[in-house]
Order: sequence, then C-alpha cells, then structure tokens
Amino acid sequence: MTKEMNLEERFQAYVDGENKVEPKDWMPEKYRKTLVRQISQHAHSEVVGMLPEANWITRAPSLRRKVALLAKVQDEAGHGLYLYSAAETLGADRMDLVEDLLSGKAKYSSIFNYPTPTWADIGAIGWLVDGAAIANQVMLCRTSYGPYSRAMVRICKEESFHQRQGYEILMSLAKGTPAQKKMAQEALNRWWWPSLMMFGPTDDNSPNSAQSMKWKIKRKSNDELRQEFIDKTVPQAEYLGLTVPDKNLKWNEERGHYDFGTIDWEEFYQVISGNGKCNKQRMKARQDAHNAGAWVREAANAYAEKQAARKAEEGSAA
Amino acid sequence: MSSKDNWKIWEIFIRSRNGLSHKHVGSLHAPDAAMAIKNARDVYTRRSEGISIWVVPSDEITASSPDESEPLFTPADNKVYRHPTFYEIPDEVGHM
Repeated sequence: MTKEMNLEERFQAYVDGENKVEPKDWMPEKYRKTLVRQISQHAHSEVVGMLPEANWITRAPSLRRKVALLAKVQDEAGHGLYLYSAAETLGADRMDLVEDLLSGKAKYSSIFNYPTPTWADIGAIGWLVDGAAIANQVMLCRTSYGPYSRAMVRICKEESFHQRQGYEILMSLAKGTPAQKKMAQEALNRWWWPSLMMFGPTDDNSPNSAQSMKWKIKRKSNDELRQEFIDKTVPQAEYLGLTVPDKNLKWNEERGHYDFGTIDWEEFYQVISGNGKCNKQRMKARQDAHNAGAWVREAANAYAEKQAARKAEEGSAA
Repeated sequence: MSSKDNWKIWEIFIRSRNGLSHKHVGSLHAPDAAMAIKNARDVYTRRSEGISIWVVPSDEITASSPDESEPLFTPADNKVYRHPTFYEIPDEVGHM
C-alpha cells in the first residue's frame, strides 16, 4: 500500500516536472484507463467525423473544392489511425476499440450527429468544427503522455489546412449572390452553438477534468478553451460579414474577452444520449462500412498466409 | 460483426531525405510486410514526408526496461571527462 502510494507520488512529481510519460513507464491504472478512454473517443471522432463531409464529396461545386475535401476526409482517416495507434501503446486492442464504437458502447464527439444539408455546412465544419478541434488539439500537443502528444503534433500540422479550406468556402459564399450569403449565414447559425458545446460541459459540471488537469493530460479547462475559441472566431465571422447567432455576444473591455449567451446543455445531453438528428444514421454507416469491408480484411489475411507458405516452401526446397 | 483480424502491429520508420537516418514515426496494422509498406505510405507520407520506409514487426523489437534505466544509464552521468568541455585549453591555441 505504502509502496503504491510512493509510486503515485513519484509519478505526480515526474509529471509536475513537465516530463513525458512513455508506454513502458509505470503509471497509475486510472491514468492508463483515462487515456485509453479519451484517446479512443478521439479516434472514433476522427473516423465518424468523415461521414458528414463525405456526404458532399460527389457534389462539391468545383474540382478544386473536391480534391481539397477528399484530401481532408482522407486526413481524418489518418488521424483516427494515429490515435488508435497511440491507444494501443497503452495495451488496448484496436479491434476491441472499434467494436466498442460499433456496438454503441464507446462515445464519439457529438458534433458529428448534426446533418450537413447544404454545401455551406462544409465550409462551417472546416472553419468552426475543425477550429474548435484545433484549439483542443493544440493544447493536447503538450499532454503528459508521449505517444498522444506526438500524434497531436502530427495532427495539428495537418489540420490547419482543414480550417483554411472551410473558411475559404465561406468567404466565397459570403461574397457571392444574396442566396449564397444566406446559405453561409444559415450554416453559421446551425454550427455555432454545437461548436461551442464541443469543448464539453462547463468547468463546474466536468467532474473528471480536475484529475486530468492534475496529471497534465489536459492543460486547459473546457471553459478556458471555449473562451479562446470565441475570442478568435468572432472577428473572423465579422470579416465574413456574417452574424454570430447569439444576442448576448458582446466584447467585455474589462475582461478582455467576449461575453456570450447561455449554452443549451439540454440539447448537448440529448445528442450525447443518442437523440441527435443523425446518431442512428452515423452508427449505421459505420457498421455497414465495417461489415462491407470484412472481405477485404479476410482477403488480405488469406493472401499474406499464402505468401508466407510459399516462401517457407521455397526455403525448404532450396 | 467480424471477428478479430490477425493483422500484426508494425513500427514505421521514415527517412525524410538522403543524408538523414530513418526515424520512428508511429505504428500501424497490416497482414504482411508488403501491405505494411503500402499502408505506411498512405498514413505517414501524404505530404512528401519521406523517400524511404522501414517496417518492423512490433513484437520483434526488444526494448530496455524503464526499471533498469538507472543501472543502464546513470553511470554515464558522472563521467564528465568524456566531454570536450572538461579540458581547459587556452584561447590562443585556437579552435580545437
């Protein structure tokens, strides 16, 4: 017992010294569990996050937009993979994680349960959803777990193009015909509040945050990140000539931040618990893709086995 | 739902350009080495990050244990005489 205590104290001191924890180092079991849960949820979000955008690949308005969107969606698949790999360094099995997603046991970011009815939504996702994700991920580049931190550095490098391509889409629409500008405004109206919810519950309602902050898994609180995002994004909306759908949004000179209205947390919890507009559709798309890909995984196995057998045969003949 | 595949985990090393060593960049799953290289190309070199890929099955790597790091690595800490700054050479001798 005392020995265990000492280990935990030593671990805390190590982390407090801004040292990175690597896979084979001793770590509290709860640190490991928290990370597996967080990293796998993050991975699932990257994977499910491909769906709302994939919806528009075939209907992108130009070849330039289409290649960009394809590259972005391909990046998200890659990001999911980096993250599953990071989770595996903690002893998790990727197939177990995937099955938890497919069975509904594991969560992914609620934002992807919102629909993308127009092309402008693709712009809004890149600008706002990727923007919010970047704020979170930039913080996670400094997370205490080495493999997670390295995956985040890689992801952040790639992600900045995502946000820029989204903003560019909205710039074109905002400068376009009145109908196009209206489309951009409606997309902002749809995505603004859900994007703010991406940072999670307010600090006083986020019971696990304190421990994650102490272990330096998280480096900033939900409310801090949300405020940073708002402060950065409001001027970008003004540049587009679009109106942020929040009557209470106002620059507070004293705080040096924007004040903003109350988030509808009831909506947030409804979507998390499965009642968003697209929860069922997203899960079904993932399950169908997984099942439809089964033959590819089997064929790759069969081929690898055949090649290995042939090689062994050649070896024994020689 | 499909049962588990038996794809191995591979560690991926990339040489970013000639003159530099291969560097560990992460891992991935693949049924064999040839597929591991194909996957590594898609996952780790989408933005011209490399010109050469090594793939190594994770379970073929033998690593030193963090528990042994003290006996393994601390003996070097007090051998300052292995570093050039340990030796005092007058400035007039020039760069050495």
